[in-house]
Amino acid sequence: MNDSLFSLLDYGVYGTAILLMLIGLYGALVKKSLLKIVIGLSIVDSGLNLLIVTLGYYKGGTAPIFSPAYLKHPTLMVDPVPQALVLTAIVIGFGVTAVALALVIRLYRHHGTLNIDEIKNLKW
Amino acid sequence: MKKFVVILLLAVVGYYTADTFFGIGFGSPHFVDGVKAVKDVYITQTVQSLKVSNAVTSIVVNFRGFDTLGEVTVLFLAVTVLGSILYKKRHRVGDRSVLFSASSVVTAGSKLLFPAILLLGAYVFIHGHLSPGGGFQGGVIIATGFLLMLLAYENFSVGHSVLSVVESLAGITFAGVGLLGFMNGGTFLQNFLPTGILNDLFSGGIIPIIYIAVGFKVAAELTGVIYTVLHEKG
Amino acid sequence: MIYFILIAVLFVLIIAAAVYAVRQKDLLYATIATGIISLILSILFFLLQAPDVALTEAAIGVALTTIIFVITVRNTVRMEEEGQSKEKFKSAVK
Repeated sequence: MNDSLFSLLDYGVYGTAILLMLIGLYGALVKKSLLKIVIGLSIVDSGLNLLIVTLGYYKGGTAPIFSPAYLKHPTLMVDPVPQALVLTAIVIGFGVTAVALALVIRLYRHHGTLNIDEIKNLKW
Repeated sequence: MKKFVVILLLAVVGYYTADTFFGIGFGSPHFVDGVKAVKDVYITQTVQSLKVSNAVTSIVVNFRGFDTLGEVTVLFLAVTVLGSILYKKRHRVGDRSVLFSASSVVTAGSKLLFPAILLLGAYVFIHGHLSPGGGFQGGVIIATGFLLMLLAYENFSVGHSVLSVVESLAGITFAGVGLLGFMNGGTFLQNFLPTGILNDLFSGGIIPIIYIAVGFKVAAELTGVIYTVLHEKG
Repeated sequence: MIYFILIAVLFVLIIAAAVYAVRQKDLLYATIATGIISLILSILFFLLQAPDVALTEAAIGVALTTIIFVITVRNTVRMEEEGQSKEKFKSAVK
């Protein structure tokens, strides 16, 4: 019974990451307010980072740091390469969100509304 | 009608993605026994030839150091674009977006917490090669300390020219250390300083120098972003 | 057994916070839900044996992204307005 319960957790991690990406994509495609679209893109970033870090996990592995306690009893280590990639991706995701929000403030000041249907109707 | 088409499309994409990832498996080794993977080479070289404790730091700064230079450039570009979009005609120092100062608990507490937060951030980016942490984490912690002071007091301001000078000097240090590698070793960003003993503060060659420069640069940039966004009046 | 229950509760909380952030009409509550997503994601990164990534996500996702969203909501609308496009267009054409 223990084995089948913990194998449910394995599918749970992948399922959560893919479900986060799908919910964020739904928010970015269907919603009409510009701020909701930016929130949806931020949720897609979070789901993608979780998916990449999950790919590098080994069962029974430990964090990739050579502490003095580890040097006495060496065991298996998890993969450090996806963690280095995700470190860069989180910082760049924050930069993209900041520029998108500056554009939202500017658009609101020019048109007076945040609805994309009304912004498309005003031709100038 | 549009919602139905979007849900159908997302269900198809989600099903095929989930099928691929469930086939890979969770937690089992991906490589056949006997094949030398990239991560094995990185992990063994980190403790034997570089003498650095943190494997992720050695990958970010030494083995894939050029990608970190690109990331620092992209962050600088994003902050410049943000400053040029939210452009006001005259930047007066007294104008605030937050119109009232906070209650007495917040003002008294933030005066005590601000030096402690600065010390924690500096500790995290100086010891980046010995414990979990590094330049990006320490820089963001220092920016959070400045955000606390900007929200608690009305007339707390950071000089804009000081932030620009610190950020530019840190960026020049990063590129300059890379060019010094050209003159000594032969490639850009090559390790030319002697590596010391394991778990020492001055070990790992040029890794602490680069991470200190990155920590200062990220702290100055994110403080500038917070300052620009808070001085925005509708 | 209790280990399994705790991790399952984390998964359910993060999906519930994501659905709430996308469907809520009051935009200030949606930004708080985005901050909760980043916080639970940082706990999950720690459980997957990645301490550097957990530090970065906790510092950037919770503190800086939330303050930028709150300042944007303050400078624009607070409630998400819907269903006004056709009326305004007809009244502008007249």
